[in-house]
Amino acid sequence: MIRTLQIRRIYSKDTTNTANKAKPHQLENLLNNSAKNHNWRLYMVDFSKLKNDFPTLKRKVNGKQLVYLDSAATSQRPLQVIEAMDDYYKNFNASVHRGIYSISEEATDKYEKAREKIAKFINASPEEIIFTKNATESLNLVSYSYGDYSLQANDSVLITQMEHHSNLIPWQQLTKRKKGSLLYAMVTNDGFVNMQEFDLQLKKKPKIVSFTHASNVLGTINPIKEMVKKAHDAGAISVIDAAQSAPHMKVDVKAMDCDFLAFSGHKMLGPTGIGILYGKKHLLEKMPPFLTGGSMIREVTLQDAKWADLPAKFEAGTPAIAESIGLGAAVDYINAIGIDSIRRHEIDLTKYALERLSEFKGISIYGPKDAEKKGGVVAFYLEGVHPHDAASLLDEQGVAVRAGHHCAHPLMQRFGVPATLRASFYVYNDKSDIDKLYEALKFTESILKK
Amino acid sequence: MDIYRENVLDHYKNPRNFGNMDKPDAKFKDSNPLCGDEVEFYLKIDSGLIKDVKYHGQGCAISQASASILSEKLIGMKISDVMKLEKEDVTAWLGSELTPSRLKCALLPVMVAKAAINEFEKK
Ligand SMILES: Cc1ncc(COP(=O)(O)O)c(C=O)c1O
Repeated sequence: MIRTLQIRRIYSKDTTNTANKAKPHQLENLLNNSAKNHNWRLYMVDFSKLKNDFPTLKRKVNGKQLVYLDSAATSQRPLQVIEAMDDYYKNFNASVHRGIYSISEEATDKYEKAREKIAKFINASPEEIIFTKNATESLNLVSYSYGDYSLQANDSVLITQMEHHSNLIPWQQLTKRKKGSLLYAMVTNDGFVNMQEFDLQLKKKPKIVSFTHASNVLGTINPIKEMVKKAHDAGAISVIDAAQSAPHMKVDVKAMDCDFLAFSGHKMLGPTGIGILYGKKHLLEKMPPFLTGGSMIREVTLQDAKWADLPAKFEAGTPAIAESIGLGAAVDYINAIGIDSIRRHEIDLTKYALERLSEFKGISIYGPKDAEKKGGVVAFYLEGVHPHDAASLLDEQGVAVRAGHHCAHPLMQRFGVPATLRASFYVYNDKSDIDKLYEALKFTESILKK
Repeated sequence: MDIYRENVLDHYKNPRNFGNMDKPDAKFKDSNPLCGDEVEFYLKIDSGLIKDVKYHGQGCAISQASASILSEKLIGMKISDVMKLEKEDVTAWLGSELTPSRLKCALLPVMVAKAAINEFEKK
C-alpha cells in the first residue's frame, strides 16, 4: 500500500506497529497526542513522495509524464478521497437524515462527521457549516439570501478589483436588483489592494464588504483581519472568498472575525460538486432560505411552511453525500500533512518558481514578488509568446498550466493583458516540476520567437 | 497537437499581405474577447471576384497564421466561394486537427472575411 506509506513517513519518528497499519485519519489522533510541534512535521513530510497518492499524476500526456501545474483551477485528488467515496457507494449507499435503517444512519453519521471535520478545520461550529455545490454557490447564497433581505434601495456593496468573477457577478447582480452601487477598491501596480482607496470607499457606508483572501491570479494574500475590522467599524458585514486560501494556509474564522466565508472542495483535494459556506450563526438564523424544498423544512401545511434549524435550513434537497464524505477525507489528508507545512512547502516552491522564471529576459510577472506575501500562484507573460500558443506547446511536453483571463476580466484589464499564463502549486508538486516548466518554456520560446 | 509546424510558423513569423489598403470595397474587424485575438480584413472586390487582400491583426500564432494563409487563398476567389468556406478547409490549410479551444483562434479570420463580404453585399 504505497499510499499509507507517505503518511507513515510523517510519523516515522515515533510510530509503532499499530501506526504502520493505521489509516491517515486514525493517524491524526496519534499525531495530535504525540507530535504537535509542526517544525517536527515539516522535517518529516517528504512532499515529493506524496505524488504516489494521486493516480492522475502517474499518467502520460502526449507521451510525456504529466506535470500538473493548475491546482488553482482544481486540485488532483488522492486515493484516500476516491476510496472514501467508493466506500459510500459500495457499502452504505443510502439517503441521509431520512431512513431509520442502518445504512442510512451510517451515511448520515459520515455526512455529519464530514461537516464536523470542516468546522474544526476552519475553527467554526458544525451548525455554521453549510454544504453547497461550490464557492460560487456559497457566494450566491449570501448575495441572494443575506443581500436581498438586508439591503435597501440605493445601498452599496464594496469589493476589490482582484475578485474572481464568482465574487463579482453576484454583487453586481445584487446591487442592480437594489438599484444600489457596486464600489471597488483598486489594485496597485505591485498587486495589492489599495488600502487608501479601500478606506475611502468605506466612508460611503457599504452594507456588505466582500473580498478574496488570496488572489487566483496575483497570488496576493490580503490582510484579512485588518480589512474585516475596517468593514465592521464602517458598519458593514464581511464576506471572504477563501477558494484560494482554505486549501493552502490556515483559515480561522474566529481569528478573522469574518461574517461569511466561502470555499470549494475540489480545490483542496476533495471532489467536485461540494462547496462550503461558513456563516456566523446569528446571521444565518435570521436569513431567509436560498433554495427551498425537501430537507429544509420543519413543518409544512397547504399554504405555509416552517424552516428547519441550521444548517438544514440552507440544504434543500438530497445533498452531495459521497462528495461531502470525500471532502472529509481530504481534510484528514491535509491535517495529516499539516496546513502549516503545506504553506511552507508552497512558499518554497513559489520562491523557486519566481527565481527560475525571472531568468527569462522578456518576462513580466504579475503580483507580489515576495513568496511570503502570496499563495502558490505565479501569473506571467513572456514577450513575443502568446499565452495560448505557450499553453498548447507546453501541453505537448506534458506540462499543464492555465492560459487565459482566469475569470478575472477587470484585473486583466488593469494590467493591460488579454491573457496570461499561470502556474500554481500544491502538496504534490516539487522543484522538478518547476524545472520541467522552465525547460518546456525555453523550448516554446525557441519555437515562437520571431 | 502538431500544429506548430513549419508552414504555420512561417506564416506567423512572415505574414503575407499584412498591412493597410486604400479605399477597400469591404472591410471588417472582429476579435475573440477571451484570448484577445484580433483581425481586420480589407478586400478589393470586382465582379464577384476578390482582387486584392490586406489585413491587420494581433494574437496567437494560430489566429495570425490562419489570417495570413487565408489572405493568400482569397486572392482570385469568387466571393460566393468564400461564403462556402468551412472549418475543414481551414484545418486542411493549417495542416493539423485542432483542439476545440484552439479551433476558435483558427476560424476567426474566415469569420471576419465572410462578415466583410456580408457588409459589402448589403451596400
Ligand atoms: C478566488 C476564487 N474564487 C472563487 C472561485 C470559484 O470556485 P468554484 O468555481 O469552485 O465555485 C475560484 C475558482 O476558480 C477562485 O479562484
